[in-house]
Amino acid sequence: MSLDETNDAAFHEGLIKEVLEQYPEKAAKKRGRHLNVKKTDDAGSSTCGVKSNIKSVPGVMTIRGCAYAGSKGVVWGPIKDMVHISHGPVGCGQYSWSQRRNYFNGTVGIDSFVTMQITSDFQEKDIVFGGDKKLDKMIDELNEMFPLNKGISVQSECPIGLIGDDIEAVAKKKIKDIGKTVVPVRCEGFRGVSQSLGHHIANDAIRDWVFEKSKPEWETGPYDVNLIADYNIGGDAWPSRRLLEEMGLRVVGMWSGDATLAEMERAPKAKLNLIHCYRSMNYICRHMEEKYNIPWVEYNFFGPSQIAKSLRKIAAQFDETIQKKAEEVIAKYEPLVAEIMAKFKPRLEGKKVMLYVGGLRPRHVSNAYDDLGMNIVGTGYEFGHNDDYQRTTDYVKDGTLIYDDVSGYELEKFIEKIRPDLVGSGIKEKYATQKMGVPFRQMHSWDYSGPYHGYDGFAIFARDMDMAINSPIWSKFKAPWKAA
Amino acid sequence: MPQSAAKVKDHISLFQEPEYKELFASKKAQFECRPTDEAVEAQSEYTKTWEYREKNFAREAATINPAKACQPLGAVFAAAGFEGTLPYVHGSQGCVAYFRSHLARHFKEAVPIVADSMTEDAAVFGGLTNIVEGLQNAYALYKPKMIVVSTTCMAEVIGDDLSAFIATAKEKESVPADFPVPFAHTPSFVGSHTTGYDNQIKGILQYFWEREAQLTAKPGSKINIIPGFDGYAVANNREIKRYLDTMGVEYTLIGDVSEVYDTPSDGEYRMYDGGTTIAEARDSINAKATISLQEFCSLKTMELVASKGQQTAAFNYPMGIGATDAFLMKVSELTGKAIPGSIEKERGRLVDAITDSQAWLHGKKFAVFGDPDFTLAMTAFLLEMGCEPTHVLATNGGKDWEAKAKALLASSPFGAEGQVWAGKDLWHLRSLLFTEPTDFIIGSSYGKYLEKDTGIPLIRLTFPIFDRHHHHRFPTFGYQGALRVLVEILDRVFEVADASSDISYDLTR
Repeated sequence: MSLDETNDAAFHEGLIKEVLEQYPEKAAKKRGRHLNVKKTDDAGSSTCGVKSNIKSVPGVMTIRGCAYAGSKGVVWGPIKDMVHISHGPVGCGQYSWSQRRNYFNGTVGIDSFVTMQITSDFQEKDIVFGGDKKLDKMIDELNEMFPLNKGISVQSECPIGLIGDDIEAVAKKKIKDIGKTVVPVRCEGFRGVSQSLGHHIANDAIRDWVFEKSKPEWETGPYDVNLIADYNIGGDAWPSRRLLEEMGLRVVGMWSGDATLAEMERAPKAKLNLIHCYRSMNYICRHMEEKYNIPWVEYNFFGPSQIAKSLRKIAAQFDETIQKKAEEVIAKYEPLVAEIMAKFKPRLEGKKVMLYVGGLRPRHVSNAYDDLGMNIVGTGYEFGHNDDYQRTTDYVKDGTLIYDDVSGYELEKFIEKIRPDLVGSGIKEKYATQKMGVPFRQMHSWDYSGPYHGYDGFAIFARDMDMAINSPIWSKFKAPWKAA
Repeated sequence: MPQSAAKVKDHISLFQEPEYKELFASKKAQFECRPTDEAVEAQSEYTKTWEYREKNFAREAATINPAKACQPLGAVFAAAGFEGTLPYVHGSQGCVAYFRSHLARHFKEAVPIVADSMTEDAAVFGGLTNIVEGLQNAYALYKPKMIVVSTTCMAEVIGDDLSAFIATAKEKESVPADFPVPFAHTPSFVGSHTTGYDNQIKGILQYFWEREAQLTAKPGSKINIIPGFDGYAVANNREIKRYLDTMGVEYTLIGDVSEVYDTPSDGEYRMYDGGTTIAEARDSINAKATISLQEFCSLKTMELVASKGQQTAAFNYPMGIGATDAFLMKVSELTGKAIPGSIEKERGRLVDAITDSQAWLHGKKFAVFGDPDFTLAMTAFLLEMGCEPTHVLATNGGKDWEAKAKALLASSPFGAEGQVWAGKDLWHLRSLLFTEPTDFIIGSSYGKYLEKDTGIPLIRLTFPIFDRHHHHRFPTFGYQGALRVLVEILDRVFEVADASSDISYDLTR
């Protein structure tokens, strides 16, 4: 990619003006701070120019979720040998049941519990009298139903914090009663402004209720690393793990895709933390850095240029043996990359892409598109913070349309006016976009495909983008008897 | 090298490659600290026993794999069935992200709903500011003809008063004074999505009949139909309309999502499409009768309807022969319109098809799970075909449902061994299927875990269906719908027969 090229800033600024005109004055002022185009000043300093991590404007159809989604759905849910209780009414657990595609190996209901919906199913009496007794009893029942579980987490839904339940006290009691890890998580959905605070709270719960609670006997090695914040969507973490192992590293913990509690517990003994989704787990990496002196490195395994760059960056933290092996790994995959490029690049080159995803992918996947000759014209985060937008400036061209916490209305208008060749966003955005005749891929769940990480994943990524854009169905939208 | 550009392998085949199998084995052996394979096997076997079943049924606090959702899901579904209507949820925004995703995954359609995004400050001070701003913004941006408000449990726990809040919002000119904003309190810790549907339909009717203006019913010749929460609503509503049109009945379908949840791809995104018009909703008080197609989705609504002097009739999902007969005869009785020969012929064709296939169905055992009305209809239809409903389970079924389901089973010799499980979840059903197995399971996509664990084939016939496409675009209501249900069941029966034996791999069945 060349950041010297630019997108059409004036056109994008016009679009922003156009959508803001539709809002009532107060909302227009609020939303105006979240929409901009990326710019670089004469001194070479770049900015996305948007505010972020601020409360959503009521009534505009934000695409964001909640803290519970960030904790149960993202951080804790994938830990496979723990039972995760959706504590409160039935809905939250029901709607998030098996929807993140955190792949794992294990026997469901016996030693793994990822694809189960376990809830205290609050009734009115639980709201009135409190749910602590129910939780206490429930933990015993679950331990009897699932004796091979390694621990239990309590994922709070909205009512828990509002009715004054003391889930920490229950957890402390049950740790003694059942002799296993029990983790209370205060991720009530009304906390914070998006999923993001849920990630933070979930990270803190690992720090406070997992670390140093057991003494894992563990023989450490010089190349021990943790693979942090890869949730193994469609199996993403496995090709990533392969690459790291091929370069001679020993992945002692996967956080939290396909993870066991043991992998979480021993993390502080690793030599280096490798973090993929910075947004959702930077907190625990910073903690491990401060407390255990473990450095951390951000990496990006989307697309060959970022993969090679990341492998070298990771290898630079180790000795020459690892560095040499990293080069061998890159060389080994070069023929595969060349084949993928030869097959797909001619079909995708020059296509315009708009993204709107979570806390990592709005920038992280952009170079994978660049590798295929595609052009990101707009991007934005559901729940990014300022540091995410800062990092984004390294990834996208000047003039790129930036939209933070975009509303359904804005996104629809932007798509309608820009008419990109592809939109990458979520299930809520998929069908409206496709009906406009614009190809779409879900970029949270990989649209039931994946993995997209690593070289193995890049082949699938390229294939999927090709399938979406070059499907013959797009030519059939207009009935032939209708004038063009 | 497991991957290649020539034949790209995704998760379905990539992880079968030796490189990955080796990676899994080495991760497990070195890093996971999992229980031994023997321990896993032993526990696996133990969960199949009667002893485990008894422990499982002794659960009082833990719910494991329930087959129900929460009130506001039903409420936003109900609201979506009205013309130009924007469903609006007062409370946490995460809930709305979930409702939208959940419905979109089933219908494969855009599901526009707004939230007013209450956070910590609203938890302390109440959500009045949110609703004042939220209604104003939603009205300005999405230009609806009506906004229908329901609540999340957050707003319910802190006790926000929708009636007062909406009145204040109108005073502050968030929306015009005469702009319809019906509402319903839909606490997710009471009932399920079917309760929420009921509350919201009632809230909408109450708005037009009592709040907007106190109307007096002037009974005419029309009838109202309330379809209920139905994952097949797209096709089922159309089928019901086809019957009524064929019979020449004047009617209003109260809450009709058949357009908005089934819009065409032609270059235009229709955020609103079809639905009951506001004029029809207002006028529905003047119907001579209201028929609910799903009793347990409309208990409170039907009380309201009856209080206006209308005749009422409630069915339990008109699927199968008897249920369709009863529905049509009731329509005929209420309207004086005869059931035409063309419909009678459709009935005859269904009976003909079942007659042709009955030998493959007779005595086959089924477990049925889902919402109360669906499970009753499915059970009744299975009995008509000579199948044996062995377990009938509704997580959101109460005592009334239980009594009704038991009476239904008792009405047929094919129901003699049937058992009814009210308030139980799919982990209970797992124990039931291991200890008292059936030949087939009928339910939603959630049943796929039961199918995997027990090896009993699943037939997907109710909401939600996430992992098969477009089933909901074909009806299950009426005789045509029953024919389609019959074929789906038969297909599984024949697939099982074909897969079971090389000897009896017959060309003709």
